[in-house]
Parts: sequence; structure tokens; C-alpha cells
Amino acid sequence: MNQTENVNQVSPLSVDDLTVAYHRKPVIWDVAFDLPEGQLIGVVGPNGAGKSTLLKAIMDLIPRASGRVRVFGDTYRNNRHRVGYVPQRESVDWQFPVNALDVVTMGLYDEIGWCLPVRRKHRQRAMEALDRVGIADLAQRQISQLSGGQQQRTFLARALVQDADLYLMDEPFAAVDAATELAIVDILRELKKRKKTAVVIHHDLQTVPDYFDHVVLLNMRIVACGPVETTFTAENLNKTYGGRLTLLDEVNEAMRRRETSL
Amino acid sequence: MRDYNTRVVVLGVAMLGGSSGLVGSFTLLRRRALMGDALSHASLPGIALAFMLATTLGYDGKYLPLLLAGATFSGLLGVGCILWIRNKTRLKEDTALGIVLSVFFGAGVALLGMVQQMKTGNAAGLEGFIYGKTASMSAMDVRLIFYASLIAIALSFANFKELKLLCFDEGFAGSRGYPVVLLDVLLMSLVVLVAMVGLQAVGLILMIALLVIPAAAARFWTDTLWKMTAYSVILGTVGCVIGAMVSAVFPNLPSGAMIVLVCSFFFFLSMFFGTARGVVARFLRRRRLNRRIDRQHLMRAMYEQIEHPDRSDTSALKPGSEPVRKTKVSIDELLLVRSWNWKRLMAAIRSAEVDELMQYRHGHAQLTHAGFIEAARLTRQHRLWEMYLITYADVAPALVDRDADNIEHVLEPHVIDRLEDLLEEQELLFPVPTSPHELGDGLTSSEEGILP
Repeated sequence: MNQTENVNQVSPLSVDDLTVAYHRKPVIWDVAFDLPEGQLIGVVGPNGAGKSTLLKAIMDLIPRASGRVRVFGDTYRNNRHRVGYVPQRESVDWQFPVNALDVVTMGLYDEIGWCLPVRRKHRQRAMEALDRVGIADLAQRQISQLSGGQQQRTFLARALVQDADLYLMDEPFAAVDAATELAIVDILRELKKRKKTAVVIHHDLQTVPDYFDHVVLLNMRIVACGPVETTFTAENLNKTYGGRLTLLDEVNEAMRRRETSL
Repeated sequence: MRDYNTRVVVLGVAMLGGSSGLVGSFTLLRRRALMGDALSHASLPGIALAFMLATTLGYDGKYLPLLLAGATFSGLLGVGCILWIRNKTRLKEDTALGIVLSVFFGAGVALLGMVQQMKTGNAAGLEGFIYGKTASMSAMDVRLIFYASLIAIALSFANFKELKLLCFDEGFAGSRGYPVVLLDVLLMSLVVLVAMVGLQAVGLILMIALLVIPAAAARFWTDTLWKMTAYSVILGTVGCVIGAMVSAVFPNLPSGAMIVLVCSFFFFLSMFFGTARGVVARFLRRRRLNRRIDRQHLMRAMYEQIEHPDRSDTSALKPGSEPVRKTKVSIDELLLVRSWNWKRLMAAIRSAEVDELMQYRHGHAQLTHAGFIEAARLTRQHRLWEMYLITYADVAPALVDRDADNIEHVLEPHVIDRLEDLLEEQELLFPVPTSPHELGDGLTSSEEGILP
């Protein structure tokens, strides 16, 4: 957690002492990190390590037990407009009666304002975002008729259309085809070129060094956080994935038993 | 219809049907449809208590706004109980719903029995709230329905896109700063508004039908939200009007039951004949897909038979013989290569003949020029996919997207390049001739055109 080189800048995302609990069961403990600006940051950890929870807690989508989150030096609420979110693809019902363009336009709803209709210029921008992810020709297609990769691209376009400075992406690479994976990587690199920051939850350890500059290793707590070269080591990975079945689980198990016996 | 009162009532229920169709679309998509049911069932004790309270205090017990206020209060109390049970205990929502719904309804029936025994006040007609009785509605009651429906419709339209976002992706809505809880409250208030004024017309037992059936029926016709809500409004309106009129003509038939029956007739019609997701439409789509697959199998089988070493060797040896693509393949040979039966194979051949991809004479099939190009293209595509699966076995299964019309749309050019190299290295099949390659590439985007 050596972040001394970034003390002069305002970090796009800084988390202190963050703890989140569902039904009295802690999901992430004492998470703290400062992320550097203009970098691609991978968040890596085993299933159930609390990666999605971390993102949701940052965005105030779930209550925090304790902790402080700073986005560009202010609360999330105040800097919300500078953050783009790509939820997990499975989090929504893809049978919903909308087309790809509708979904992307949703990224502009708060800009359009309450009670006002979507106008042509907004649709135009949504089209441009779809074009950036390479599926402009599928704009009018009902979302259930898109392939998994195309659905993921639609979600990505919805975040891109806001032109945020910090992007939070929940497993954008999960179960997508090869072309989509490459398209997403291209977009991430383009974001980096424009000094944007992207925090990406990622599952495939092999591609971490290729895709990311910085890595957060998470397993309910921060195992390590820093540049990929120095942090993404076998030792740290072992600590992230190997220790899972021992101490933390036992503590959790004990908590759960105590709770059910109450 | 000549009767003024009937006309007023019909207008009222039409508004009710429209607004509940609109609100119902959103609750259906938000998966909160049963909340409306709990709400209306739980309103019964409120109605009885309001009546008791009013008559003991010496007012008119059947003053509608008062009864509906009581209904709303106890209905919301019921919903509150459900949420409380769900959050504070380990019981699931459906259990909580079942308990609250039945307890409140039971209490309501008991209270209604007590009301009937009361010396003061005339409780007759209160049971109209259970099954719905449009005949007992006065012009003032209708006006109430009219304005409440108007408010519900206006609110839904004003917040159309916000409700759409809430129903589709509440997480994203939250991240954009939308007050998700408040939006849910808004949606719930719309349900309350519609359900409470609908109690008299449809009755509290069947109110849920108006919130669910038109919306569910509309879903079969379209994949666009605004169209779905529009159809739902139309179905709700028409269902209510017809139901209420039938009930007016035959006074012994409760209007609630009639409305529900008419609506469910529309529902079954939609379920079978809906153009977007109806049973018939899906069956036809399925059959078209199967036929398309059969056609692809046939074309590939033809190609593979033609390029079969024995056959191609002999034809190459005879100078002046017909070009390779004109090779005739007997139906027996085709039957052997796949597990299809004669009937299915013949159907595929016939459809290929109609599109002039193939000629069939005396038990032998022969490709036309266009057919040969198509067959070569399909074979190439199939082999590239196979090669991809073999070469990238570790990652492929999750990434293969064969639904995408063409491999070129899914894989990057350099991957395809590499796959083609691999295909040529492999000597077990003689490579797909070069000319169809290019011709085939030119045709790739028109696959849908060639194959219906």
C-alpha cells in the first residue's frame, strides 16, 4: 500500500477503513487504498471476496458499516457526474422490452432531467457511444437478441455516453467473445490515453499484466495494492487465493453459527 | 347504453382499465405484481372499520371517500407488514405475503359480519367491494375514479423514463443518483391509487387481475416498452368497458368477474397469437430455425460429398467431364451422412430447389452455380469454427458465438487468417477451392438473403 508517489495529486478514488456487512455478516473489512489517476486498475480476488460489494459501497448503493470514500477529493454524491458505472451483465433481466439504443440512452437520463423526454441530440450521442463499442448497427435490436458480448458492449456504451473521468466496471470481461474482449481492451486503452481512470473487476489472472497498470488484490480485505510489476506477484496471489479456506472462512463460519443460534 | 348512469359508469371503468393497464406494465416489469394483490386484499378491514366508525359517529357510513381512505390505510398497513416481516425475520417475501393477505382478508370478512349485525346504519352494498358492483356506483363515485385514474396516468407519463430505468436496472439508477426507494414509493403509490378506486368496480379479490392481465397480454405483442404500455392501456380499457356493460345487462353477474373474464380472453388470445412472443409466433420461429439448420446441413453434405476423394479423383481423371460442382449426389448417400430421415431431407432439398440452389432429378441432387458458392461458404465457415474450437480449446467454448451470422463478425481478422492457415495445413480434406473463398466472402453479408 505504498502510495507516496501520488500524494500531490487528488486521487480519483480513495477509500479509508471501509467495512460493509450484510445481515451482520461482514463482507469486506477495513479496506483502504488510494488509486492513481489516468491508469487502468484491475481488482482481483476469488469469488465472494467482496469485489462487487466494494464497487457498490463506493457508489453508496449499499450501506457501509464504517469508512470513508473520496472521489476526486469529495463525496461520491457530489462527484457522481464524474463517475461511470458498468454493472455486472447478469444483474439485469435481458428480456426487458427495450432495444440497445434505449439502454445506452439511460446513461443520459440524469442529464436530461426528471420528467423531460429523450430528445434527438441524446439519441445521437447514444448512437455515437454504440459506434465506439462497434455495435451501432445493432442499435434497434431488442436486447435479448444480442449475444453476451454485444450485451456487455451495450452496458459499456451506456457508461461511455456520460463521458466520465472515473469508470467503475464490474466484470466486463465475464463470458464475452474474443472480439468483444479485444474491443473492451481497446476502449480501456483509449480511456487511459485521455487521462481517464478505470477500475475494473477482473477474473482472468493471466491477462492482468497485459490489461492493467495497477492492481488491487482483494479477499475481504486488501491483500495488496500497487503497480502490477511489483504487486502482482506469486506470493501476493497466494495470499489472496490460497488463504481463503482457512482463517477468514472460519471466522465467518463462527459468526454465521452464532447468528443462526440467536 | 342509453341510460345516463350506465354511460357514466362505462366512462369510469374505461379510465380505470386504462390507468391500471399503464401502472400494471411497470409493476409487472418491476416484479411487484403481487404487491397490488396484497394491497387490495388488505383493504377490506379498513373499509369495514371506516363504515363502523362513521355510523357510530352519526355520519353516512357509505360516503365513498371515507371508505376508500379506510381501505388505503389498512391496505398500506398490510404492505408495511409484509415488508416488515421480510426484513426482520428470515421468512421470504411470498410467505409474508401469504400470511398478511389472508389474515387481513379474514379480519375484514369478520368485521363485515359484525357490521351487518349493527343496529345503526345500512351496511347493504358493502360486500360490493369484494366482488365489484358497478351498478351501485353513483356519478360522484365515477368522478372519483376518473380523477384518480387521470392522476395515475399523468404521473406515469411524466416519470416514464425514470420508472423504465428503475424497472430495468435499479443498481445503475442508484449509481446515477436516482432515489430508488422514492421511485419505488412512487410506483407503489400509483398502485394504491388505481387499486383503491378500482375496488368498487372490480372488487378487491379481482383487482389484481386488472394490474396483471392487460400488461402480461401486451407483452406478447411487442418488445418495445412504450408500445407494451400502450397495448396494455388499450386492453385494460376495452376489457373493462365490455365487462362492465355485460354486468349492466345481466345484473346478477358481478362486474369484477365479467371484467376479468373479458380480460383473460384477451390474454389467451395474446398468448397464442401475440406477434412478438406468442406461442404460435415462437413455434413458427423455431421451425424456421430448424429448417435453416437443415438447409445448412444439406448444403454442407453436398459439398462434402462432392469433395470426397474417390469422387473428385475419378472426375479429375476424365478429361472433358462435367465440372466438379456439377457432380450428382444420390439421395441415399446424403441420407447416410446425417441422422435425418427421408422426409426431412426431401423438405430441405425442395426448399433449396425453390431458391435455385439445387436441382433434384431421379433421386440425385445437383448444385447450381449459386448453390455451389453457398455450399462452399457454409463449409468454410463451419470448418473455421471447428478449427477455432480445436485450436483455442481452453478459451473457446465460452467465446464461441455461433449465432452471430458470420465468423468474421465475431473473430478478429488475424485470428481467421491463422485459422485458414491451419485449415490448409490439414490435409485430410482437400482445401475449399480458392475461388468460392473470395466469392463466398463477397456473399457473407447476404446469408439471410439466401437463406430465408
